[in-house]
Amino acid sequence: MANTTVSPDIRAKYEPVIGIEIHVQLNSLSKAYSSDATEYGASPNTQISPITLGHPGTLPMFNEAVLESAVKLGIAVQATIREHNEFARKNYFYADLPKGYQITQDLTPICNGGFIEIKDAEGKPKKINLTRIHMEEDSGKSSHDIDPFHTLIDLNRAGVPLLEIVSEPEFRTGDEAYQYLTEMRRLVRYLEISDGNMEEGSLRCDVNISVRPVGQEKFGTKVEVKNLNSFRNVQKAIDYEINRQIALIEDGGTVVQQTFTFDAARGKTQLLRDKEDAHDYRYFNEPDLQPVEVVEEYVNSVKAGLPPLPKELFEKYRKLGLSEYDAALLTDSKEIALYYEAIIAHTNNYKAAANWMMGSIKSYLNEKAAHIKDFPLKAEQIAELIQLVDDSKVSNTAANGDLFKALLENPEKSAAELAEQMNLIQESNTDELQAWVNEALAKYPDKVEEYKAGKKGLTGLFMGEVMKLSRGKADPKLASKLVQETLEK
Amino acid sequence: MKISKEEVEKLAHLARLEFSAQEIEDMQNDMDKILGFVDKISELDLEGVEPLIYMSDERNVLRKDEVEQVISKDEALKNAPDKDTDYFRVPKVLKREED
Repeated sequence: MANTTVSPDIRAKYEPVIGIEIHVQLNSLSKAYSSDATEYGASPNTQISPITLGHPGTLPMFNEAVLESAVKLGIAVQATIREHNEFARKNYFYADLPKGYQITQDLTPICNGGFIEIKDAEGKPKKINLTRIHMEEDSGKSSHDIDPFHTLIDLNRAGVPLLEIVSEPEFRTGDEAYQYLTEMRRLVRYLEISDGNMEEGSLRCDVNISVRPVGQEKFGTKVEVKNLNSFRNVQKAIDYEINRQIALIEDGGTVVQQTFTFDAARGKTQLLRDKEDAHDYRYFNEPDLQPVEVVEEYVNSVKAGLPPLPKELFEKYRKLGLSEYDAALLTDSKEIALYYEAIIAHTNNYKAAANWMMGSIKSYLNEKAAHIKDFPLKAEQIAELIQLVDDSKVSNTAANGDLFKALLENPEKSAAELAEQMNLIQESNTDELQAWVNEALAKYPDKVEEYKAGKKGLTGLFMGEVMKLSRGKADPKLASKLVQETLEK
Repeated sequence: MKISKEEVEKLAHLARLEFSAQEIEDMQNDMDKILGFVDKISELDLEGVEPLIYMSDERNVLRKDEVEQVISKDEALKNAPDKDTDYFRVPKVLKREED
């Protein structure tokens, strides 16, 4: 194997060309073309039917949820949605494919075009264009290590609906691929069409990688990397493979069309198949499934039911004045974003709401290892806490500390009521405050002299005394103003 | 037209079937007859006639996303030539050689 360290100078002479194919397993309750269940982790061969088993004489029936999911994703990536859809049989022989063919869409993918936006190495927005998205079905699962003498077949997964998403070969680095996958996973989760879980195989991807000298039009020979089990490994596999190919060419070698897997432990790609099998899938129309017409009214009705998408929310939050960092964190998961949306429906202090979300609420969730859907407080209650602070009725520290804690324990109470009970309401009555200020200053006549002589740092001491006298209830902003005014008199 | 031995062998490979020399010859003859029969169609003038793919003009025959479990695991495994209590059993699919 060639030396895989490549100097930046040499690296700059080549342009990597990378394309990604993603298979997203949809979260429909039943399969794509039959009514058996799709639950993950069920005991083997319990979610099957004569259709799934490919028994003669059975007829598939297309699941409307699959169509809806595909249209949702198509709208979200701004693809062109095909009106006239047909299904095709992709024929190949394998033990976990009982029918002997996979039902897919060959010449009529439901979506063409569309894009996902990421950032390039300089941080500039970059569009990754999509070639197509089509609907198809998953195969069963083969286990090679349970029985030493046989391969065992579980057909629970056979027929589970998939969307295959094919990108244009527009990635230049592993990081771009990582961003794309993260964005795609976030999108399918926002759309609630898949749980996008790589560990459970509901999101899988294959990557094609080639390099060519900068300026050359013709693509280099590509290799395929399969069975990648995390986004980070996709990134690492790509970066490794780019270097391997460049080093190989620099050494006078040639890249051979091969299929690799990624060995995460050793951080390198590993040969899986030397030569692509001569595939001959003999595609033809699936005569058992009628064509599906996707009319404009249908697309519009799906569009009307779409949840807000991460990109839209991100832009909205930026417009509300949140930092890019805050906006990104808030839109990272749909549930967090929706909770934030609910808070800002009740307050205009967007920044404070973001701070609550990413501060006290997130800490609570982390501490309890809880999900936002289990969070005991209503968004209105958080808005009320924000209002109490904004009205200077409760200090920010108390609101995020004792009051928040107490509210979590008594979620049925209102924040104002609790603050009252806990004696946390700040004193903003000027007469009362003035009395404390006078008392505090009277206690340290010598310090008052020092202050007047120019030692302005002493305000802290007086403020501390005021807070002590008021037992923490003095509105600090107002008290500090009074202390200064009194001293300057 | 005569279907070649190689064509039969290629199809047999794709379907993972094995034929003896005699069987390949029989296959060639049978397939010739079938293709010859189908070829009759090309004697007709089919200019402008769309191929018939579907047996009806129905469109959008969709099913609601509802689960209906129609058979049990035991029923599923019943007709399998080889099985254990949970799985269909097939000959070992050879694992690849790792380097």
